[in-house]
Amino acid sequence: MTLGAGRQQRIATLLRERREGVLDHWVAAVLNTVRGRTTQAELRGQLAELYELVVQAMGEEDGTAAGELSAALQELSRTRARQGFSPSETAVSVFGLKDAVLHEIEAGGGTGVVVYREFASFSKDIDDLGLLTFETYARTREQVIADQAEQLLELSTPVVKLWEGIVGVPLVGTLDSARTQVVMESLLQTLVDTGSEHAVIDITGVPAVDTEVAQHLLKTVVAARLMGAECVISGIRPQIAQTIVALGIEFGDIVTKATLADALAYALERSGVRVGAG
Amino acid sequence: MERVPILKIGDTLLVSIQIDLQDQTVLALQEDLAERIVQTQARGVIIDITAVEIVDSFIGRMFATIASMSRLLDAETVVVGMRPAVAITLVELGLSLGGVRTALDLERGMKLLDSGADLR
Repeated sequence: MTLGAGRQQRIATLLRERREGVLDHWVAAVLNTVRGRTTQAELRGQLAELYELVVQAMGEEDGTAAGELSAALQELSRTRARQGFSPSETAVSVFGLKDAVLHEIEAGGGTGVVVYREFASFSKDIDDLGLLTFETYARTREQVIADQAEQLLELSTPVVKLWEGIVGVPLVGTLDSARTQVVMESLLQTLVDTGSEHAVIDITGVPAVDTEVAQHLLKTVVAARLMGAECVISGIRPQIAQTIVALGIEFGDIVTKATLADALAYALERSGVRVGAG
Repeated sequence: MERVPILKIGDTLLVSIQIDLQDQTVLALQEDLAERIVQTQARGVIIDITAVEIVDSFIGRMFATIASMSRLLDAETVVVGMRPAVAITLVELGLSLGGVRTALDLERGMKLLDSGADLR
């Protein structure tokens, strides 16, 4: 991409000759939208850098400066996305240059058709740059969301050893297919690694159980059973018990307990450990 | 065609599957096993599938078939050493192997047969 490509000589000249005036106006316009979150000096620094690149891009033939300009804009957009600016605020930072240039043209008394034609072409180029910041912004935010989802997946599926031969899986948060798959795999792998014959799946931290979640739980229990281990589901809260019955979900012969303590006591009893007071 | 060896330990038959299972192998195994149970008057059958990494619905059904067949001949079947991936696959295929007993490893499987616990 090259800016103007020689079609905007007047504007290029104007940008070079009235650098301070245009830049002042630009900074003032942008400062209105980002008030309080960045200082005038910092903003001026950023915009001055962009300004130089715009001027260079308009005067060059090969597109090196234009490449640098779009890289600088993407970097700015990425930083802003992470700082919590809205995409319009970032785009307005770019569009502000048009106002500043128009202001200078009018101040200089340039009213010819040629000047306005050049300005229209310049305006289109700046729009493209603004859209570039928009796209970068969206991409950055998507990346942030994807990262967070992945971190959540890693965080939320521990398999803990409760006793010799008994492992527990405290489930916290909404269960979806992807999470259940991870839970199922790590639970089954732990059963093999530790040679445990009992597993307690605690759903105290699961906010809601619908047919899909129940289906996932049942699959996990059946898979564990196929491997020769017994699962107990614990932590079913009263509302959830009502929901499960209302939905007509059958847990069949799967053992369910109200609390983790009950489930542990049951698993201990099944594995032949005697627990008594004193 | 490869055949799966059937070993006799006391009154238990041990089938350890160490090869890739073809449909023909599976059918042959069923025939051989039925014959050996009658011949040796075995009371228990242990199928060790620790080495099996890939299953399909046919092999999944084989476990259930062998279990029902042995029960007819008065022998209990225990499937041992199923890998997590295999278990997940069978569940996704909708095969829960209702009548088959399972154990984590061979040792626990032997203990299960010795204890003579009833079928679930």
